[in-house]
Amino acid sequence: MSIDWQSYDPKPFYDELIIAPGKPRPVARKLTEYLSSLDDQELQTRKQAADHAILEMGISFTVYSEGENIDRAWPFDIIPRVIPKREWEAVQAGLVQRLTALNLFIDDVYNDQKIFRDKVMPKYVLANSKNFREQCRGIHPPHGVWAHICGSDLVRDRDGTLYVLEDNLRVPSGVSYMLENREVTKRVFPEVFENSSILPVDEYPTQLFDMLAAISPRPQDYPEIAVLTPGIFNSAYFEHSFLAQRMGAELVEGADLVVGADDCVYMRTIEGLERVDVIYRRIDDDFMDPEEFNADSMLGVPGLMRAWRKGKVGLANAPGSGVADDKVIYAFVPDMIKYYLDQDPIIPNVPTYLCVNEKDQAYVLEHLDELVVKPANESGGYGMLVGPHATKKQRAEFAQLIKKDPRNYIAQPTLSLSVAPTLCDDGLEPRHLDLRPFVLQGVRTDVTAGGLTRVAMRKGSLVVNSSQGGGSKDTWIVDEEN
Amino acid sequence: MLSRVAERVYWLARYIERAENTARMVMSFHLVSLDMPKTVPLTWKNLVAVTGNDDIFDEHYQREDERNCVKFLLADHYNSSSVFSSLKSARENVRTTRDLVPSEAWEIVNELFLFARDNMDSGLGKRGRYQFLTEVVQRCQTLTGLLAGCMSHDPAYDFIRLGRNLERADMTSRQIDVGAYRLLKRPEDDVAAPYDGLLWTSILRSQSGFQMYRQHVKRRINGVDVVRFLLQDIPFPRAVAHALQNVQEAIERLPRNEVPLRLVMQARRHVLGAEVDHLITEDRLHEFVDTLQQDVAGVHGAIVDTWFALDKLDKAA
Repeated sequence: MSIDWQSYDPKPFYDELIIAPGKPRPVARKLTEYLSSLDDQELQTRKQAADHAILEMGISFTVYSEGENIDRAWPFDIIPRVIPKREWEAVQAGLVQRLTALNLFIDDVYNDQKIFRDKVMPKYVLANSKNFREQCRGIHPPHGVWAHICGSDLVRDRDGTLYVLEDNLRVPSGVSYMLENREVTKRVFPEVFENSSILPVDEYPTQLFDMLAAISPRPQDYPEIAVLTPGIFNSAYFEHSFLAQRMGAELVEGADLVVGADDCVYMRTIEGLERVDVIYRRIDDDFMDPEEFNADSMLGVPGLMRAWRKGKVGLANAPGSGVADDKVIYAFVPDMIKYYLDQDPIIPNVPTYLCVNEKDQAYVLEHLDELVVKPANESGGYGMLVGPHATKKQRAEFAQLIKKDPRNYIAQPTLSLSVAPTLCDDGLEPRHLDLRPFVLQGVRTDVTAGGLTRVAMRKGSLVVNSSQGGGSKDTWIVDEEN
Repeated sequence: MLSRVAERVYWLARYIERAENTARMVMSFHLVSLDMPKTVPLTWKNLVAVTGNDDIFDEHYQREDERNCVKFLLADHYNSSSVFSSLKSARENVRTTRDLVPSEAWEIVNELFLFARDNMDSGLGKRGRYQFLTEVVQRCQTLTGLLAGCMSHDPAYDFIRLGRNLERADMTSRQIDVGAYRLLKRPEDDVAAPYDGLLWTSILRSQSGFQMYRQHVKRRINGVDVVRFLLQDIPFPRAVAHALQNVQEAIERLPRNEVPLRLVMQARRHVLGAEVDHLITEDRLHEFVDTLQQDVAGVHGAIVDTWFALDKLDKAA
């Protein structure tokens, strides 16, 4: 028996592949027809082939505190998620617009602070921002860009509208899985690629390299670029190593680097010390330089900030970029776009209630059973309350938390995240998903073709994070005119 | 090239070579054990002695029988030189240097580790042992071939050659030592004496050296010639002299190489200058191998100091 699209019913949610049972979206027609041509056994065989490829390619992610067995195979669903190219072009434009405004904002925050003087944003948000770094005041990184790499999470609501849910400007991860998912899908469904024009995704490492080379303090043909990782126990270590490999950059740990008396950064190599021009750092601000931030950090490089401040090394993302990661500041991004660019936002924000505003807080406390409450500065889906799924006791606890520290909480309506058919034990079932595209900004701005689609593998779940049982899908941007 | 990374590829090569050598050794002994009449006692514990981990074995086992010795050599986690532990360490080292070696290398090592882990039981039982060990050896060889054929012969590759050949020199010299101890020094009326040929053959086999010995030595298998072959035969890749020559060549290509180069040349001179027949008749072979082992350890120490030790680098700069 093959897939019966008549019996697959995503109601009441927006489905990425079909409009109604038996009726695929035009962009997904070739894919759904192809899938119908496979019988159950064939489909399971493909799934096994994908699982095998993932194990064999060693695509893994790391989960904290699992003792010795730290490496887990990457959870992957073989049914791709499809987006029409025309829709994607608008999203790309929206992401470029957004990151441009965010970078203007970060540069403003650490220099003139015009946006506060012009009363577009209240200054209190800064005073209580966890990721604002006083040490970065007065610095002008090359091209005025602070956040070079941004991963913004997009979600689609019931009516099909795409929203930006959050911007990750510190050390966003996931891009390697986007690339590997495509590799796996090409191994598993080569036939579909023959007949459709699916935009390739593999330019990313080259674009990343070019962007990093462009912030080198010594303009030259062969800048020495290093990816700075906290090490093998970090959950994204696979990605650090993957990106270094694809860029031909050195993968370094803190202990490999030393800042010399000349304020230049050097790597410890078999030849002796060698100068590093650009560091793509994948460790948090706090751990980067024990001289200026967390003094106990064993992961960082003493003197790194000094070297950066003096312009002797390029750092991506620049320290302090995380200030715009704050979910309270997120609420002001549409205003920023208007203020800095004099444009209307192309991709809307999810409506956000700031608990620090009395009126908002009163509304939030009254509607806790309808809202999602999030701490302003957490990532990875930790520490949040999904109102409709929470118990009375959990809601009461959150009410206390909010009253105690209103600045640290925001609330948003519970979106009906879109779904897509996902291969589960009993065949295809709808599962909720989001999308994380990656944007690179240096002299120019590039957006990935698609991004990493994360899917909540548990029925009904809205949590897509891989650290909490989420999986992923290959994301196809399909050109329907070709 | 980063010092830390150089150290990891060096250990990757050492661990893979160690896994391969241990597998070879168990296999050849396994085969000879099938040939021996029941009346001749075979001491599996000798294999444990080759690896130099007798103490750890004694801590964990009372009986020195085949089952325990094979388990110790192949599977035991607490034996850091067991095939399982070596492959696990090799995998950790390649996992952290994936950006440097061809991506297939990671796949081979990863699959090899998973294979060994999942099929260990067949390696422990008599019936599946041959197949299991052959597979391990072949996959190790696949990796060696891949690296030789697909990886730029750059400093990273030099460190791989360094690790592989130093480990090989170490292991072959240990085998000579234990073989010599068992076969050259014992009472005249030993019941196993008629089987000396078989046992020397097994030592040769464990280094895939039997055929090559036959072609190049052209004399009946005897202790002096086998020791000479395994120690000094330059064309044979698993002979100590050959391995050390490879170590020397790799060191010559690396920067700031004075100390390690001097030590490896000295070690080679000792090996090539040895008069094996005298060493045996005068009962000094063990003493000689002891010195050789110290030479090998000295080269290793110099490699660590010169290229891997981070704090020493800063002082030199």
